[in-house]
This record gives sequence, C-alpha cells and structure tokens, in this order.
Amino acid sequence: MTVYLIALSAIIKREALRFVHQRERFVAALVRPLVWLLVFAAGFRAALGLSITPPYQTYITYEIYIVPGLCGMILLFNGMQSSLSLVYDREMGSMRLLLTAPLPRWWLLTCKLLGATIISILQVYTFLFVAWLFDISFDPLGYIYALPAFLIAGLMLGALGLALSSFIKQLENFAGVMNFVIFPTFFLSSALYPLWKMKESSVLLYQICSINPFTHAVELIRFALYGQFNATALGWTVLAVTAFMALALWGYDPARGLIRRKG
Amino acid sequence: MIRMTLALMIAALPAVADEIWVSNEKDDTVSVIDIETLEVIQTYPTGERPRGITFSKDFSRLYICASDSDTVQVMDPNTGEILFDLPSGEDPEQFVLHPDDRHLYIANEDDAITTVVDTETRKVVAQIDVGIEPEGMAVSPDGKIAITTSETTNMAHWIDTSTQELFANTLVDSRPRHAEFAKDGTELWVSSEIGGTITVFNVADQSEIAKIDFNVTGVHPDRVQPVGFEFTNGDTYAFVALGPSNHVAVVNAQTYEVEDYVLVGRRVWHMDFNADKSQLFTTNGVSGDVTVIDVASRKPIKTIKVGRFPWGAAFRPTD
Repeated sequence: MTVYLIALSAIIKREALRFVHQRERFVAALVRPLVWLLVFAAGFRAALGLSITPPYQTYITYEIYIVPGLCGMILLFNGMQSSLSLVYDREMGSMRLLLTAPLPRWWLLTCKLLGATIISILQVYTFLFVAWLFDISFDPLGYIYALPAFLIAGLMLGALGLALSSFIKQLENFAGVMNFVIFPTFFLSSALYPLWKMKESSVLLYQICSINPFTHAVELIRFALYGQFNATALGWTVLAVTAFMALALWGYDPARGLIRRKG
Repeated sequence: MIRMTLALMIAALPAVADEIWVSNEKDDTVSVIDIETLEVIQTYPTGERPRGITFSKDFSRLYICASDSDTVQVMDPNTGEILFDLPSGEDPEQFVLHPDDRHLYIANEDDAITTVVDTETRKVVAQIDVGIEPEGMAVSPDGKIAITTSETTNMAHWIDTSTQELFANTLVDSRPRHAEFAKDGTELWVSSEIGGTITVFNVADQSEIAKIDFNVTGVHPDRVQPVGFEFTNGDTYAFVALGPSNHVAVVNAQTYEVEDYVLVGRRVWHMDFNADKSQLFTTNGVSGDVTVIDVASRKPIKTIKVGRFPWGAAFRPTD
C-alpha cells in the first residue's frame, strides 16, 4: 500500500512543482476567468436577473450568476492543460518512465488526475478570493460546501483531458482540442446563460446544453455554493467521471494505444 | 414541577410569527407574508385597486385605500373580513393615520384634495384643497403637522392639523411621491419620482437642508425614480425604493450620502420593516413579488411571489 502512496505523493509533488515553476500559467489561468467576470459580465449586469430559478432565492446580478461557470472554466482549462502536458511528457519520454512504474496503470493515471485536480482547486479558490475582493461573494459556508463539487467536477474534466490525451499523437494537435472540445464544452453549457434563457432562443441548443456533462458540473458547483445539493447534477457528473476514466484507461491500455500506435 | 412542565409546554407551542401585509393593486387582494417562513400564508379579497395600507395602533384594524372603489376599507386582520367602508373622497391613493389613532389623512388623487376622516364617527372632518394629483402623505410624530405632496404641482403642502389649513407650501423636484418625518419630527424627507431626488427640509422653518441624488451603475438615470422610503432604527439610514431601476438605495441619514444599492424585483415601490427592523420587505410592482433585505448586511435574502402589482406594505406583530 505504501508504494501506492509513494507514487501518489510523488506525482502530486511533481504537479505542484510544475505549478510553482510555471507562475505565468497560474496567472494566465486566473486572468482568463477574471476578464470574463470583470469585463464581460459588467456589460451584461442589467441584462439578466429577470427570473428567479433555484438555487437562487432572489434576483441576482450577472456577476453572481457567472461565477460557478467561471470556476468550471478554470477546471476545464486545467483539465485540458494537464492533458497537453501528458502529450508533452510522452514526447519527452517522462511519461513512459511514469507508466513503466511497477504499479497498475489505473492507479498511476488516478494519481495524475488527483494531482492536477488539487492544483486546479487551488486556482479556483484564488479566483473566488479575487472575486470576493470585488464584492462578488457567497455565504461563507458555501465556499466549504463547494469543495467536494470542485473535486468531482475537476476529476471529471481531468478525466476528459486524460482520455483525449491518449488519442492525441502530437502536441500540435492541441489547437484542435481547443476548437473542438474546450469552446463547445464551455459555450454549450449553463456557464454563461441559464438553460431557460437558451430554451427561449432554441430548443435544440437547450437540449444539447442539458446533456453536456459540463452543464451538470457547473450546476453542481452553483447549488453547492448556496449550500444546496443537486442530486441530478451529481449523478450526471459522477457518470461522466466514470465514462471518461474508462475511456482514458482504455486509451492508455498497454495492450493497445500508445505503443502500438507509436510503432 | 407542574409549573415548570406548564412553562415548557407553553414554550413548545408553535409561536405565531409576525406578518407583512401587502396590497396587490391589480389583483384586488392583500397578501399576508409569514415573517418566520417568508411565505404567503393568506390572501384576502379587497375593494378595487388597493394601494396604501396601514394598521391601527393596536393592529386590530387594517385600513385599505381601495382607489377605484373610491373608499377606504376597514378590515379585521384576524378574519380578513371587511368590517365597513369609510368615506374617503374620490380615488384615495395614499393615507396616513394621525398619532391620535383616530384621524386618517387621505390624498384624493383626482380631486386635488386631502380628506380628513374620523375613523370612529366614520365621517369626513375636513377637506383641504391642495395641489394637483396629491399622493404622498405624512404626519409629524407630535401630530401637529400633516403633509401632502402633489405630483403635478410639485409641492409639499404643510397642513396645520389644529385648523386643518395649509400654512406653507414648498417646491420640490418633479412628481413628489412620498413623504416621511425623521429625527423626532425635525426633518421632512420628500421623494421626487421624475426629478430622481429626495429633498430634506428643516421642519422648524420649512427650509431645504439637503438634496439627495441617486446613481445606479448600469441603469439609465431616467429609470432611477425614488418613491417609497423608510428609516432604520434611530433614523440612521433610509432605505429608498428606486422604482424601475429595480434597486433600493441605502442613504446615510446623517451625511445624506448614498452608501449602497440593493438589487430587488422590478419597479420597487414601497416597503416596511419587521419588528426589530432587521429585515426590510419591498413591494416590486412589475415582477409581482416582495424582496426581503437583510438590513445589517444590506443583502437581499429572498424574493417572495405575491399577487399582481404589489403596492403597499404594512407590518403586523402577532403576539
């Protein structure tokens, strides 16, 4: 068992080290949602807030609405970034070194996932702190309730990244991920607009948004920030974690995938 | 031991929570909100277009301005039954109960008159000519001065309640809607809907002390229309409903500076506090709901659906 823990701590330490060494990445990851919050949302301030839907109890400004979606955005970008780093690691050979460790493949990948998620969550809380400085705040308990939601959402998006990384052959292909995964995932969700608003303009769009796992991750976070539990969102998110993780494991299965493709 | 058990039993009885009563202008009803659960527990029918509402001092009667029925109705708040109608003059919109708990000063919007009604004899005591479209009504805490504001004449009319005659008229900004005395009756505040201001007068000589302007971020100035307002404990702060700007302003009553804006429902109109003034209930006409504001944190807690176009709000303790 200790071997497992050693592997876990080593991988998390490596992730942390990477995080500490790449301060620009951290700042970039923080600037992106802050621009959305302080620039984009400012223009929409009065546009929303005409209807009260759970978990909200009263009218809210757009800044308040968009925060859970932006937390999701941080987790999403980091999940994808970690997948990018995996492709890089694989090209540089350190990934092979990791995967040849005498431990089950699933454990190594889980460690990698956990490490990346913990770093993401740190960034999310930093973002929430900055938002709080701008008087965009939630109930103090909400920040604690949201932690497990961040963890599950982070794992889900990290697993998606892992699964994708097993199918990306070269670093250059990452632009494709940006266009075909990150943007659709983010925009076709409840991160920027509530689903009822989507439904007003297009039912099809609404239906796509409602099956997007990212929508459920964002809703899980949104409800948790208000101390409420959204069972449907949790169910869908956990299901998505399982599916993406299974896909990642299949993708990294030594019997297929990597080696055979490389060869 | 028996006494203790009894005491415990009484303590365990469900306490009846205080209430906020809201008049629904388009539904011809009043809604009763339970302050404990923040839910509507009762809706009673009233005359046509109920607007101003207020309780008698002992809270045994609710007075309702049924504007389109041209009457002031008196309701038993325990049963919701209309006990009788009071003569009110035409189109009563707002009124105020004199500190003697007996005389109602009623603004008759269509007749440019303020009517004084004795609620005991149920007779009109006096009718005072005021400016065009009177609306805002206030009485000083000592009961000596009554105020009517007229929407079109843009004036606050000062009435001597001993003679029921005007003794002063002061100009305010366009379309004055609401008036309140503050600081033991030494100040009079008048809100002007179109002017977008509140004018503060020194009651002793009717001179203007201050003018308060409002500016809500992201809202066009035309939509910032101050209407109803109420003072917190000790008259330290005034909460001002800003109509279609959908915000309530928090004004420091010492410095006359606006310190905060609280987002509420659409076209916020009037308001009232709970018993210890820790919570404020605002009526939001267009969105048909009441927003509860936590006074200390100045944050909205909850918005409660009521009838169509809620207008007036009045607090009623139940113990």
